[in-house]
Parts: sequence; structure tokens; C-alpha cells
Amino acid sequence: MELTEIIGLFLKAFLIGNLIMLVFALMTWIERRLLSFFQYRLGPNRVGPFGLLQPIADLLKLIRKENFQPDSVSSLMHLLAPLATLFFALAAFAVVPFGISDWNIFGWHTAPGMAPDLDVGVLFAIAMSGLGGYGVIVGGWASNSKYALLGALRACAQLISYEVSLTLSILPIIMMTNSLSMSEIATGHIGWEIGSWHPWFIVWAPAGFVIFLLSALAEANRAPFDHAEAEQELVGGFHTEFGGLRYAAFANAEYLHLFAISAIGVTFFLGGPTIPFLSDPNSVEFWGLSWGALLGLTSFLVKMAMFLFLFIWIRATVPRLRYDRLMRLGWKALLPIATVQVLVTALLVSQGWGKV
Amino acid sequence: MRPITGTARGIKNTGVGLSTTLRSFLGRNITEQYPEVKHAVMPRFRGRHKLHLHANGLEKCVGCSLCAAACPADCIRVVAAENTDEHRVSAGERYAQVYEINMSRCIFCGYCEMACPFDAITLGNDWELADLNRDQMVYTKDMLLADPPIKDAYGMNRRAVTRPERDFDSALPVWLEETVSREAAQRRATDGGGKR
Repeated sequence: MELTEIIGLFLKAFLIGNLIMLVFALMTWIERRLLSFFQYRLGPNRVGPFGLLQPIADLLKLIRKENFQPDSVSSLMHLLAPLATLFFALAAFAVVPFGISDWNIFGWHTAPGMAPDLDVGVLFAIAMSGLGGYGVIVGGWASNSKYALLGALRACAQLISYEVSLTLSILPIIMMTNSLSMSEIATGHIGWEIGSWHPWFIVWAPAGFVIFLLSALAEANRAPFDHAEAEQELVGGFHTEFGGLRYAAFANAEYLHLFAISAIGVTFFLGGPTIPFLSDPNSVEFWGLSWGALLGLTSFLVKMAMFLFLFIWIRATVPRLRYDRLMRLGWKALLPIATVQVLVTALLVSQGWGKV
Repeated sequence: MRPITGTARGIKNTGVGLSTTLRSFLGRNITEQYPEVKHAVMPRFRGRHKLHLHANGLEKCVGCSLCAAACPADCIRVVAAENTDEHRVSAGERYAQVYEINMSRCIFCGYCEMACPFDAITLGNDWELADLNRDQMVYTKDMLLADPPIKDAYGMNRRAVTRPERDFDSALPVWLEETVSREAAQRRATDGGGKR
């Protein structure tokens, strides 16, 4: 690998990583506003136009707080846990394909994402998303507090239960595309048809989509599966003993996790950066330029936004499950259904029905 | 059969819940933007007191202290003085030299306006009575005679009367402490130190 290429990749990763951080800041505001609208309220609208500067105000407040660490905690782990969570959540973005074809940046062709396209992108994304749970578990354990430990234990059990269903729910699509590369999966639905129609994989694996959605909520510790931090029961759960920027890192990681899971969902079920009824976005040309990359990116982000809206909508609607019912749903409902889905898809693939 | 019906019921109920929240999402919000939009109170709302004047400019209050007697919170203090031909304040024989209402004690029951034989005091519609200092919660006669005061940038009442700044709270307004301690000393002297 040439030096210029390495520098280019580093710059690209830096830019996209920081953009994601910016979107996170915006997302805290969007979520609070949307939740308010769901509750006939207005939400934060005082700081800046429409309250858009609220995240900055929140950040300033958190920065100015004392970097507090209780006496009884395991100090190195207490410091590392939020950073680890943040790192793994951000790392999962490395393989997310934000475009169909290569990005052409001033003549330099590069993969449409943070990192070069990995052949085992799916494994990497799932692994990073799972490793994010370690930060939660270690953070809760290192805190040396009952509430934090209970939160961490819950997170641990929940992660194990739902990671299985999550992976099984996307397995049919891996089987159909015969690939573990995220960018190949994103465009994989071209290879399958119903009549002359190439639907997204959500049509091929609707049960998988629902299971993925529920598992994603559990993976990202979102309501109604936010048992790890259940405020009403566990004070703050695993982040009870964290304050200031350490808490901010956890909150940040939680949202990044949500983005990453949404990105994986978009890639698998909603055709990634492809656009319906537009087989070749690169053919869209005006002002002498090809707008394929931008169109792909926009398509991807719009689909991600739909996912995120759905998550907020669910958070505004569904109350937290009882813990034993969470386990029952995971093991006795989602896992069998996902397995059946895998078997049905195996039949489909082995018979070659619908394959172009 | 039970798992299937249960799942179907669960999906249906979740759908109902989601549609309910979506309806509220699309509906109009009910938040009042307080400092900009002020909630309109009902006409008979009992807010800040107001002392009234006759059409000829004389005060209606004759300093009879019936309001102070009726007040269950004991927040009204009236000191009456005789009207003279040179110094005529009210329409009656006497007038209220001092008329103070301690707004931090007042429960806005309206007994004072019921007790008043001359309709000199009524409870108005002004309800923004928060302040930064307990001393400033004692409204004097000139403040009660005036229209609801102009607010400063913090929404606090801008004072017509300035008083000495104090950096600690006191049960009594500063300008009262001297009088009260003198009265207490007199009482101790007349009672001979014994208990009443």
C-alpha cells in the first residue's frame, strides 16, 4: 500500500468518523424533539434556532463537570470502559457501505465507507457490535456498585440472547447473496427476482426483518429493551457511577451503536445505497458530473433516518418489558422463528427459486 | 394454538399503540411558550392585591384593619392615621399610613376583599409574583396602589421603592426590625419580665 493511499484512507476515516460524531450530536436533539412531539410537547427549542444548539450546550455542561471517580471503583477499567464502548461502536462503521460503486475523490478511487471493503465485513460489523457490550459489562462491573453490576449483568444476558437471533435473522440474506462483504450484500438483491422485479431482501425475509428490528433494539440497549440502564429500577444501570465526559462517552456509544445497527439493517434489508427503479445511479448526469455517489449516499442516509425514526417511535410507544419476558421473547419466539426462516431460505437457495 | 393467538394479539396491540402515538405525533402540541405567551387567567382569578382610589383621587381604604383581622395567614399589616384638612388621603376619618401585604405568606383566599367595607382592596389577575429576596415579597402601599409592576429582564418585579440590600434573610423587613425590637423592649419593661 502506498503512503499516499494510507494517508488518504486515514483522512477519509477521520472525516467520516467526525461526521458521524456530528450526526450523533444532532441525533440527541432530534430524538428529544421527536419524543416531545409524540407527547404533545415541544422539546428543547430555546438554544439557537429551533434549539439546534442544544447538543453544544449539553456538551459544554458535561465538559465542565468534574471528572469524578468514586473511591471503590477499579480505576483503570472505570476509565477504559466508556472509551472501549465508544471505540467498538465507531469501529462497526468501518465496513458500512455508504455508496454502490467506488467513490471517486479527485481521481482517487476508494471504497464507499470508512475502511477498504472487507471480504468479511458482516462478521466484522457483528463482532464490533457485540464487543460494544464489553464496555457496558466492564463498566458496570468496575463500578463496584449494586445497581451498576445488575445493569451490567442484564446487559450481558441480553446481549447473549439477542446476538444469536440478530445473526440468525440476517443469515438468510448471507445465504442468498453467497457473500460476507457488506457492499456485495447491499446490491445482492439484483441477483434475485420475483417476476421481473428485484425487491429488497425485506420482501424475501420479512420475518427476518422483524426479528432483526427487535434484536437491534436489544443490541443497542434501546427502549423497550433498555434493561441495562433502566432508570426506574437501577438508577442509571451500568453508567450509574459515571459522570461528565465518561457518561457522555457511554451516551455517545449508545447512539453510535444505534446508527451502526441501523446501517447494517439498511444494508441487509433495504438494499443499502441502491435506489428503487434506478438500476444505475451513475447514469444520472447533469452539469457534466455523475451524481451516482451522492445519490447512493443520500439513499442510504434516508433509509437510515427511517430506521432511526422507527426506533424513536417505538421508544415513545412501548413500555419496557419485564425481564423474564425479554428472555422468553428472545429464546422462545425470535430464535425458533429465525431458525425456520433460515431453513426456508436454505430450501429456496438450494432449489434456485427466484435466482436470476 | 395459544402461542399463535398470543403473538397475533401482541402484534395487534403494538400496532394500536404505535398508531396512537403517531396520531399524537401528528397532532398539535399543547405547550405554552411561557415568557413569550402568558396564560390568560379567568376574570375572577385571585392574584396580586390592588388598592383602589375614588374617582376624585382619594384612597378608598380608611385604615379600619378589618382585612388584617380577616386574614387567615396574618399577612396584612395596617397602621392607621387621622386625616386632617391639610393632609387628606382617604375619604373617611382615618387613612392607612402603612398598608403592607406579605406576599410570601398570603394564600390568596380573598377574605380581605370580602371583609373590606369600602371595596378598597381586591385581588387582581397579576400572578407573576416570584422574586429573588424574601424582603421584597412585602408589598407596600404605593406598590399595591400602582398597577401591576413592570418586569425586568428576569421577570422580577421592578421596585418602585428601593430598600437597603441585605445579604441574609430575615423574618422581618429591615425597616421593621428597629420598631419591633423597640416595641418588644417596651413590652418587656411594662410586663416586668414576667410571662403573660
